[in-house]
Amino acid sequence: MSGLGTAFGSGAMTNSIQDLGLARAFLVIGSNTTEQHPVIALQIKRAVRKGARLIVADPRAIELAELADVHLSHQPGTDLGLLNGLAQVILEEGLWDRDFVARRTENFDAFRASVAPYTPEFVERLTGVPAEKIRQAARLYATSRPAAIVYAMGITQHVAGHRNVLALANLAMLTGNVGMEGSGVNPLRGQNNVQGACDMGALPDVYTGYQKVVNPEARAKFEEAWGVPLPAECGLTVVEMTRAAAEGKVKAMYVVGENPMLSDPDLHHVREALESLDFLVVQDIFLTETAQLADVVLPGASFAEKDGTYTNTERRVQLIRKAVEPPGQARPDWWAVAELAERVQRDRGPVSFYYNSPAQIMEEIASLTPAYGGIRHERLGIQGLQWPCPTADHPGTPVLHRERFTRGLGLFAPVEFMPADELPDGEYPLILTTGRLLQHYHMGSMTRRVPGLNQLVPQELMEINPVDATRLGLPDGAPARVRSRRGEVLTRVRVTDRPRLGVVFMTFHFAEAAANLLTNPALDPTAKIPEFKACAVRVEPA
Amino acid sequence: MSKVSLKIDGQTVQAEAGSTILQAAEGAGIHIPTLCYHPVLPAEGACRICVVEVAKQRLLLPACTYPVAEGMEVLTESPQVVEARRFVLELLLSDHPQDCLTCEANGDCELQDLAYRYQVKRSRFQGEVHRYPLDEANPFIARDMTKCILCRRCVGACRDIQAVDAIGLAHRGFDTKVAAAFDAPLQDSTCVFCGQCVAVCPVGALTEKNARFLGRSWEMTRVTTVCPYCGVGCLLDLNVKDNRIIKVTSNWEGPANRGATCVKGRFGYEFVHSPDRLTRPLIKANGAFVEASWEEALDLVARRLAEIKGQHGPDSLAVLASAKCTNEENYLLQKFARAVLGTNNVDHCARL
Repeated sequence: MSGLGTAFGSGAMTNSIQDLGLARAFLVIGSNTTEQHPVIALQIKRAVRKGARLIVADPRAIELAELADVHLSHQPGTDLGLLNGLAQVILEEGLWDRDFVARRTENFDAFRASVAPYTPEFVERLTGVPAEKIRQAARLYATSRPAAIVYAMGITQHVAGHRNVLALANLAMLTGNVGMEGSGVNPLRGQNNVQGACDMGALPDVYTGYQKVVNPEARAKFEEAWGVPLPAECGLTVVEMTRAAAEGKVKAMYVVGENPMLSDPDLHHVREALESLDFLVVQDIFLTETAQLADVVLPGASFAEKDGTYTNTERRVQLIRKAVEPPGQARPDWWAVAELAERVQRDRGPVSFYYNSPAQIMEEIASLTPAYGGIRHERLGIQGLQWPCPTADHPGTPVLHRERFTRGLGLFAPVEFMPADELPDGEYPLILTTGRLLQHYHMGSMTRRVPGLNQLVPQELMEINPVDATRLGLPDGAPARVRSRRGEVLTRVRVTDRPRLGVVFMTFHFAEAAANLLTNPALDPTAKIPEFKACAVRVEPA
Repeated sequence: MSKVSLKIDGQTVQAEAGSTILQAAEGAGIHIPTLCYHPVLPAEGACRICVVEVAKQRLLLPACTYPVAEGMEVLTESPQVVEARRFVLELLLSDHPQDCLTCEANGDCELQDLAYRYQVKRSRFQGEVHRYPLDEANPFIARDMTKCILCRRCVGACRDIQAVDAIGLAHRGFDTKVAAAFDAPLQDSTCVFCGQCVAVCPVGALTEKNARFLGRSWEMTRVTTVCPYCGVGCLLDLNVKDNRIIKVTSNWEGPANRGATCVKGRFGYEFVHSPDRLTRPLIKANGAFVEASWEEALDLVARRLAEIKGQHGPDSLAVLASAKCTNEENYLLQKFARAVLGTNNVDHCARL
């Protein structure tokens, strides 16, 4: 998000799901689309059947790789080298869009100089991808128009995540693939309302609509609307919060619908941090691993038990509608927060949390958020509205940056390769990368309570290459102990040639084999995203 | 696109050149019955229910595939057409278990609707009937191939909507059936259990296994909402009876998904009614949770947050909002953190 914000001025998917199907070529990197975003993968698969070209860059031979014209199987954590290499070939072979670069972008010369050293042969040494495949991929992407870049957490969950995104933006600008149907840079958001939670300012540095808390004008606007002075310093991100808790700086946490006890990197550390709090409140639909540590647990309503809106990955605000009553005394989160806010400020007073309905809350959001200015529940219907939607008669915006970038000119950013924070060595010789399966979701608190999904995939099966498995004496289905510098887990293995040599893959769906006991909490310095997608591990029979 | 002018049931109709008689009729508000045709799938032209009479044509023509032409004169319900449709229905019913009393599709069955409309009470043909066991071995899809009318919509949905190609037509003649490769059970095939085949089946051959005998179509209310899983934002219709989600059906208008779903969206709803759901506020006392009222719980939380803020300052507090909560809830959570607690320590799992 921070990367696209820097390059284009708006950190969101540039295009729409349906228009992706118009692409003549796709570069899919760090996204196992058929399992993580299956319905978006349909657009890609159908377009490929009609002749669109497909480049897949992934350390695993994922399903899309089987359909790809070129599969670039790079070492986890070397995406940036690969992307700079693609840019180098496009420049070297004169395949770039001179007109677009001249009219719509700035800082091109610095960028051009920065990628010059990334020859295919050099990049082959960085990434393990044969030079000829890099050339082939660069030519396909640059010569098929329109071409769309699709990425997900495989790009962002690295210490170089912010740089990786800048490198993708560079490629799209270099080939003029921004601002039209079937093109763009398209981050696929992993959770149903992660886009909305960001848009709503559930972030430590921005209010709604990415208005910065350090900007005095923005702060003054919210101070006036809410009637109280507001803090001027940025707050802590989720991983920083647990660190601050462990250091005794954060004393109390109010956690709503999150399960850091499974979702965060280095879980031993997270448990210590949460246990050291003076007071922990958890509001959720289940007694999650995090809720078990709480002093007070508040029962929430599920998606089917309340009204409101979610914003999907293509910036579309859509209505959710109450279908059933919540069980027992469970209540919607908006009700609980409002009740709590009234009670905390009993002696302080002035901030209004009196709302009749989610529709009324949306009116307040619209009044404070330019991109949501025209959004009202009664306008949404079935089709919803894609932001920016600044006014009550605005039809919404399916494609961003059409005539100009949100920031004016697109900004080329020179980005130097940096390796993963933790590289394999003699003691921890394999690289662990993590992700999701089609049949399960995130921390499993929902899907593992669906018997049929559990029947399809009942347990963790760590993917390991046959060569590594044979060397370690691990037949298919064998139990294995996986260790990193932070912890160890027991799992069974699936011997498959999906992961490249030296790479193992685990999901984070299974609490009993929690991959995040192993993962590395090292953060990208700008985006503050942990490096879930590469850490060094040792695997042995158990 | 150029337009052509034709007459349907005496009404003059303008239609795009190259469009089908069916599309032209629909554009003019004239309903031609169909069975194998589905609006989001390529026309199969397999069932012959949509045949119409066209002047100067010797044979009846399938409206779903036959293109319009300038000056064409079409009759959609002529005696000859009705006779042909009744004939097709009698053939279908001659090999169809007429167990509508207990069929899951009762009230939501296109074959039943057509038999009713054309008053086909029984078939005059007596012949061999298919006998297949009910297949319920997989977790989600009940397959009763005795009810299959070989319309091939499921094959088209698997191929053209989902691009999976797990099923196709196997064998020949009377033995023709829809099957996975080598007639393997679905759970041993490339099927991804998206349920798209169930969504398009016009009869009771493919049904949601976990909804069987839980409700009839007319007892359920359909509530359109957004899938709770990934960020695609598929619209789903929750089918609700007696405060329970019985099943999830496709919403073909959904702007992001146009009726497509994955296995989680279509079949992953049972967590809502899990016995593990939290139903009361809980307060921990001496290491164990004790049930409490909302009053008690909220008062305690408010008091403790205010105390800790008083002792250690606002930045000793932190709020985690959620990518699972609505926009309105996330807005209130950050407003609460900033304006009430006085800290910008608010984040959610966007980075995780």
